[in-house]
Amino acid sequence: MSRHEGALPDDIDEPVFSEPWQAEAFAMTVALHDKGLFSWSEWADSLSAEVKKPGAASDGHDYYEHWLAALEKLLAAKGVAGKGDVDTLAAAWERAAHATPHGKPILLENDPGL
Amino acid sequence: MSHDHDHDNELDPFAARVRALETILTEKGLIDPAAIDVIVDTYETKIGPRNGARVVAKAWSDPAYADWLKRDATAAIESLSYTGRQGEHMQAVFNTEETHNLVVCTLCSCYPWSVLGLPPVWYKAPPYRSRAVIDPRGVLEEFGLTLPAEKKIRVWDSTAELRYLVVPMRPQNTEGWSEEQLAELISRDAMIGTAVAKAPA
Repeated sequence: MSRHEGALPDDIDEPVFSEPWQAEAFAMTVALHDKGLFSWSEWADSLSAEVKKPGAASDGHDYYEHWLAALEKLLAAKGVAGKGDVDTLAAAWERAAHATPHGKPILLENDPGL
Repeated sequence: MSHDHDHDNELDPFAARVRALETILTEKGLIDPAAIDVIVDTYETKIGPRNGARVVAKAWSDPAYADWLKRDATAAIESLSYTGRQGEHMQAVFNTEETHNLVVCTLCSCYPWSVLGLPPVWYKAPPYRSRAVIDPRGVLEEFGLTLPAEKKIRVWDSTAELRYLVVPMRPQNTEGWSEEQLAELISRDAMIGTAVAKAPA
């Protein structure tokens, strides 16, 4: 079958999440909604703003990247987690991962910059 | 799992940002990491299109249930213990000889999670979201479903508040089948509208 620019992605029986962080980002969103931090309409608006941006992949592989960006923006808007705080902690997590021997669980305490 | 290389661990930037959010949210008492695991497990293994297939099979078998589903899908579906987490309302749209129904979310990816699980990749991808409304017949043909020209196609655009479940037509030669047998004929795609119910083998 010839595939063109607007082709629908192949419907392979892909797993629900392709990487663990996607499942975690999804589950955090559901948990925060259950907690009453935001309404589902607020969430849909935030997600919609991200997936509408030009450059979204036509095969949908970057869907959870948009999901994460939407969650971060909503949490920043609610004053729960500012971008600067997330940037700092994410960098610490990356350093911690790098300093953790392979096969050992990655803990934030392993960040040598701590 | 064994690895025969021994480089350090790496977290890609997305994974690191998710960890950062988890750290902040856990410290603030907004999430509980154990509860997060339960949610992931539920969506990966327990909620899926089998739920929706049971709803459709019951509607095929029980006219009173079908009528309830038509009038108040939210309540009819909840009666089978499939409860929407997002408090969304459900509407069941029934295929007929004259009309075929197709569901999309042009805005983002609203989907009837409680009955279908999480949406397939193509449902969330831009081509389906934009083309299902403009050219539903062409989209269905790409799914291998060619409908007679006289059959109308009605496209339903989901929102955060209202999600749709397509009730496909019951295949012929299934008289006397149990709900369990009927459910086997109902695929996820048939309940989105990109397929019809399977014919009995």
